Amino acid sequence: MENIADEVLKGNRLALAKAITAIENERENATEIMQQLYPHTGNAYVLGITGPPGAGKSTLTDKLAKEFRSRGKTVGIIAIDPTSPFSGGAILGDRIRMNDLAMDEGVFIRSMGTRGSLGGLSHKTADAVKVMDAFGVDVIFVETVGVGQSEVDIVKAADTTMVVLIPGMGDDIQAIKAGILEIGDIFTINKADHDGADKLQTELNMMLDLDGVMKDWRPPILKAVANQNIGITEVVDTFHKHREHIEANGQLTVRRTERAKNEMLDLLDAKIGQYVRHKLVDSGKIDKFVEDIKARKTDPYTVVNGVMESMLK
Amino acid sequence: MSNEKIKAELEKYEAAVAKAIEKTPERKHLPEQRLYTPLDVKGVEAYTDEIGFPGQYPFTRGVQPTMYRGRFWTMRMYAGFSTAKASNERYRYLIANGGTGLSCAFDLPTQIGYDSDDPISEGEVGKVGVAIDSLADMEVLFDQIDLGKVSTSMTINAPASVLLAMYIAVAEEQGVPADQLRGTIQNDILKEYAARGTYIFPPKPSMRIITNIFEYCSKNVPKWNTISISGYHIREAGSTASQEIAFTIADGIAYVDAAIKAGMDVDDFAGRLSFFWNAHNNVLEEVAKFRASRRVWAKVMKERFGAKKPKSMMLRVHTQTAGSMLTAQQPNNNIIRVALQTAAAVMGGTQSLHTNSRDEALALPTQESVTIALRTQQIVANESGLADVIDPLAGSYYVEAMTDRIEKEAWDYIKKIDELGGAVAAIEKGYIQKEIQDSAYKWQMDVENKRRIIVGVNEYTMEEEPPKGLLKVDASVGIEQCKKLADLKAGKPINKMTKGRDNEAVKAALAELKEACKKDESENLMPHILKAVKTYATLGEICNVMREVFGLYEAHVSL
Amino acid sequence: MDKIRVLVAKPGLDGHDRGAKVVARALRDAGFEVIYTGLRQTPEQIAQAAADEDVNVVAMSILSGAHPHLFPKVVNLVREKGMKDTLIIGGGVIPEGDIPALKQAGIAEVFTPGTPTTAIVDFIKANVK
Repeated sequence: MENIADEVLKGNRLALAKAITAIENERENATEIMQQLYPHTGNAYVLGITGPPGAGKSTLTDKLAKEFRSRGKTVGIIAIDPTSPFSGGAILGDRIRMNDLAMDEGVFIRSMGTRGSLGGLSHKTADAVKVMDAFGVDVIFVETVGVGQSEVDIVKAADTTMVVLIPGMGDDIQAIKAGILEIGDIFTINKADHDGADKLQTELNMMLDLDGVMKDWRPPILKAVANQNIGITEVVDTFHKHREHIEANGQLTVRRTERAKNEMLDLLDAKIGQYVRHKLVDSGKIDKFVEDIKARKTDPYTVVNGVMESMLK
Repeated sequence: MSNEKIKAELEKYEAAVAKAIEKTPERKHLPEQRLYTPLDVKGVEAYTDEIGFPGQYPFTRGVQPTMYRGRFWTMRMYAGFSTAKASNERYRYLIANGGTGLSCAFDLPTQIGYDSDDPISEGEVGKVGVAIDSLADMEVLFDQIDLGKVSTSMTINAPASVLLAMYIAVAEEQGVPADQLRGTIQNDILKEYAARGTYIFPPKPSMRIITNIFEYCSKNVPKWNTISISGYHIREAGSTASQEIAFTIADGIAYVDAAIKAGMDVDDFAGRLSFFWNAHNNVLEEVAKFRASRRVWAKVMKERFGAKKPKSMMLRVHTQTAGSMLTAQQPNNNIIRVALQTAAAVMGGTQSLHTNSRDEALALPTQESVTIALRTQQIVANESGLADVIDPLAGSYYVEAMTDRIEKEAWDYIKKIDELGGAVAAIEKGYIQKEIQDSAYKWQMDVENKRRIIVGVNEYTMEEEPPKGLLKVDASVGIEQCKKLADLKAGKPINKMTKGRDNEAVKAALAELKEACKKDESENLMPHILKAVKTYATLGEICNVMREVFGLYEAHVSL
Repeated sequence: MDKIRVLVAKPGLDGHDRGAKVVARALRDAGFEVIYTGLRQTPEQIAQAAADEDVNVVAMSILSGAHPHLFPKVVNLVREKGMKDTLIIGGGVIPEGDIPALKQAGIAEVFTPGTPTTAIVDFIKANVK
């Protein structure tokens, strides 16, 4: 493919796929692609979907995507699954729930593995979102297992974040509540036909009450049975409501400004880090430093200060 | 002899073993325990409760008082391929050669409720079994076979109601009343979700169809086995012996629960429930599995469901030798494997048996291979002596201990599945699938690391010529089937029909079926399906109506 | 080096996925990213997934005998999507006699019953572009 970014902008679907591959593998041309595409981003609405394993996020995403399609929107989905820390491999199985959706020309699904470096992942996800955005997709879902800080970071790429929970999770909810309360703009209790849905709703309500901070958006707690298509339109309506809300009160602009700033700083951190590392390793200086630190002839703080002085002036 | 004395002697023996091992170490990858003694089995006082007598609770030793001394098991060869006409010829050949029951294999479009002309059927028509699109095909399939005399087993699940209705309709045309029909439909949707993959509808409507069949047959087709609750495919998917019976009995519990919930009395239908086991390679473990499964089911039916009739507590079983154990390498070796598996099934006390053919890891079996497989059963029956005494391995310390172990493992799983909310919930959560896959992966790694030796595959290999003379179903079958179907749908007469089908009558019957589907489970679908079938509505047309109302099952995959 | 991505697919109606799942796990353990599509995939669905996921390898399994029809169809559709370099391999109950025609049609290799998963891993590593 001659110029991947040009092709993406022309609406070439394969180019979109290839661009994400370049980003995922941190290929040399990735920066160039992003430079070309960046001016064309900022139009898509980005939805984060997170929650514990087994909450039915993929099925729910599948149904939500169909609902958006029926409302005339094109949809992109980035489905993230964990990479095995032992083998470096991953099984990305979210597509299984979306097979018929995948045949819709207005839908693009991409599975990604977390691939070790978590900081790297949130940045790659954000870039993959931008490629889809530049391609012209209206709504982009970022779906990820929500159990830790890394996922919280990934979700920061979203304008609106939904946390999916299911009844009968027992103490698990206690373990994750701290993280999820902060990031959830909307809570959906999936599999709400199972026992315990009401109890979970009450618990969530109590937690949100205890949260204490005065907010002008109280996160709604919705119920759905995704595999029976129950509650889907309500969730999509609530997405719209949340969007209107944060557009009206300026939050969307605040979030996007914050995101732009963070992304730039992250990129800067990464690039500077890479640059300095390269220099240290290539010059062979690193070995001497390490030896001296180990022998307590110097300390890491002094070394880093010295490196900064010499390289970044 | 007292246990103390045995223990003392055992210690002496262990000391001798320690010395022997020093000289000649044992082979690797063996089961931990090398020898079984009276210390490993329950005492005589437990005999009547746990082992008992053939034909008596808990049926550990078999479900009939005389077992094969009366008559041999039913030698039922699973067959079917290509067109109804070709399969009909194979059936008549098998009957002429001493086969004592029919077993129909359907192609995948039939098993998933699609007509041969559906785009999704492309490439699959007539491949793994016979293509049945309508009653017209069923008439050809059983042409010149007296349905009042044979017993017929049909491997059909999601659309079992439709194929059963077609069978009843063909019998009616032959002048055989439904209450004389003998046979089995597999009708076991839960193992389709868990292991075999030919599901259509979600669990709820699927369970409704199944209980509708139970109820209809208890009144109209009383000699029919309404379900064959199958561990076979669970084992083929990679489970262990204990998992095979545990997951299957858990499925059985779910069916009984559903039927009771639908208002039936347990003793009205439980006697028509049958099971389907795999005969795998480890002969003695398999024998123990059969024995343990009968004991577990008997206890489940008596203690959990309060069944009163002994028949309700009997686990009657059809068996098939393990297809996944056949090797593509040195295929004639498969004859020996099947012979050992047959011995296991017979010593385990099966009621009927299909033996696989040597070439099934390569293609569908040829007539010659099928004949050898049938002869294998006849040799075991007539020449080996295994069929002459009932439950011959009872009392073996090893087999009894293993029977106890498998029973315990099965109870542990059943308990776990109960905690998850029963078999349906456990499948929806992916629990059963995950357990099976873990076992399958372990097996594969054991083979690859040579912890498990498969002759001709990872040891004793040799260069071979590619096998010749394999059976091939050519693509013309699909074309032929589609042409027939087009004629049928256009209202032209086909086969022996004197006039074509009445498309208005088809439409009306389908509309009626659709309304019935929308009602709750007290509305039995069978009469409506039977009516539609008789108008020559196709399998695809009928299943499409049901798909419209019931929706499709979405598989849970956990890897 | 780029991470190798493999689409493991079950074309056709055959529900026997023991082999496909075992292979998927073995490929994961070999360090590949495996996209598993589940049962009953049409050739069109497989080709679309292969392109959107930009996989290096499409690995299919069929036990029903539908391979002479379905395997070549997937090859054609994947190539039509512009995926020129994608390695396409197949496995299952496939008679020796069918293999030359499948290779002619663009299936890079056919793995028959008894093949160790390591052979599949090695083949992919040696042949992926």
